[in-house]
Amino acid sequence: MTIKLGVPSKGRLMEKTFDWFGARGITLSRTGNDREYSGAVGGIAGVDLVLLSAGEIPRELAAGRIHLGVTGTDLIREKLVQWDQKVEPLAELGFGQADLIVAVPASWVDVNTLDDLDAAAAAFRARHGFRMRIATKYHRLMRDYLRIGGVADYQLVDSQGATEGTVKNLTAEAVADITSTGETLRANHLKVLEEDPVLRSQATLFRSRTAPMDAADRDTLRDLTEILRV
Amino acid sequence: MGLTLATERAEAVRLRQRFIDAGAQNVECAILQSAETLLDVYGEDIRARTYVTQDPSRGEVMLRPDFTVPVVQMHMESGAAPSRYTYCGEVFRRQEDHPERASEYFQVGYELFDENDAAQADAEVFALFADTLKSYDLRAVTGDIGILTAAVRALRVSQPRREALMRHIWRPRRFRALLDRYSGRAAVPPSRSALLAAPDPMAHAGPRIGLRSDAEIAERIAALRAEAAEGPLCLSQVQLIDTLLAVRETCSFALEHLHDIAVDLPGMRPAVERFERRCEALAARGVDVSRLEFETSYGRSSMEYYDGFVFGFVPARRPDLPPIATGGRYDALTGRLGAGRSARAVGGVIRPGLLLQLETTA
Repeated sequence: MTIKLGVPSKGRLMEKTFDWFGARGITLSRTGNDREYSGAVGGIAGVDLVLLSAGEIPRELAAGRIHLGVTGTDLIREKLVQWDQKVEPLAELGFGQADLIVAVPASWVDVNTLDDLDAAAAAFRARHGFRMRIATKYHRLMRDYLRIGGVADYQLVDSQGATEGTVKNLTAEAVADITSTGETLRANHLKVLEEDPVLRSQATLFRSRTAPMDAADRDTLRDLTEILRV
Repeated sequence: MGLTLATERAEAVRLRQRFIDAGAQNVECAILQSAETLLDVYGEDIRARTYVTQDPSRGEVMLRPDFTVPVVQMHMESGAAPSRYTYCGEVFRRQEDHPERASEYFQVGYELFDENDAAQADAEVFALFADTLKSYDLRAVTGDIGILTAAVRALRVSQPRREALMRHIWRPRRFRALLDRYSGRAAVPPSRSALLAAPDPMAHAGPRIGLRSDAEIAERIAALRAEAAEGPLCLSQVQLIDTLLAVRETCSFALEHLHDIAVDLPGMRPAVERFERRCEALAARGVDVSRLEFETSYGRSSMEYYDGFVFGFVPARRPDLPPIATGGRYDALTGRLGAGRSARAVGGVIRPGLLLQLETTA
């Protein structure tokens, strides 16, 4: 058998991942033509490269179909119930940093904290007859965060992309999304609440706790983690 | 484990017969419930605990997480008081953080709608549950959300502060944060001070987006200014709430203790008197109130629609199991679901699946 390493299949995340492994003596490369999702691993035998969408890597790790995978902490925490029983973080890779934050219109000068958001939500519901809408794709993380923060009278509405535009389009009053620089938020006249981020995320190498391994696989995994110094 | 749904159902039917014998009418409820109604009652949190699915014409629906809401709706549409209802059937709970817990299990309930004597109705329900469960080694705990709400109503604070506290009675953390802020124990965030000091807070607000209007923002700023002008909530008032929330003893001692607290907070006296009448009604039905436990904060974070008497029966020697039975009074819920009408109601549920895991002491 082999150890399967799942890596994001395109873009900056893939390139940075390749660089991170390359700097530690493990060369990852794509093979075939540009559109074909297959790859090769140099510097160690017995490891297969699996190119996947970053969003699918948590599920594949949890199901034990890959042994190692690179993805964001945000996706692991959002998509996996009891994530720490299914995967173990081995190393933070130092890129793909982004915070999950709550943002409201910059013109809401009276709303700066979670406390304010809660009070505004109560008044909003009384005035408009429905619970204040927060657009996000991080439903589980946000529900937990807002429950622990004691916020009431809100609802989460699903937004899988262009979340920052939902307020202007009148489909939400506030947003909860991943941001690295906050530039898109500012461009859309939104401001981040003055609270610690819901979650600080970055690209992280995870090990599956459920993937089956034989003796040879275990040796390979030990060698690989030694080479990577993780 | 090893319990089949058939065994659980048989036990549920046996318990329901007990409630029918006590005078309750059997009712059936749909499994698919309107998500909107449940979300309005429980808030967005309920999504984490329920199965939501899509109906082509009704939109979002939920597999029933309990029977209380549909039973109240049914009673408010057609029932006449006094009415006693019983039901048994599966409820469905998503277990995100505890996959080892049951996600589908039976509940058997007894709900009493009675406009007359609340103390008698509370005692009837509790005594019926105590008697039904008497052959098991269970510890009964009681509480009364109405005592805390009465205390908040009696506090010397402005109406907006009182309303904010009332809104968060069921969220202990936020309730505490509000008390800390009102009493000055928590510092005012710099952004709030800057806002209050600004002569024209909207001067640099930038482009307006979204549904929330300038008028709404101005209204909240006015409310914040009024609040800042109100000055801190007296620490002695906060201490009264702290003392109240710490009451945890047998009903008899709790009653004495609450009478003492009511000396400083006379507005809560009627609620304490209601508690006293309930104790008398319980004693008249054979409940030993000198040994029955009472906690002011019992059920505050887990039993959101209860607004008066609350109770639970927990296994004395199985701390790994959740409560076997829970219940309480939910007058306010009837008003929210009653489209202009309201009623007085108290009830509870037993989980037969858990009961089967316990040995009887008899």
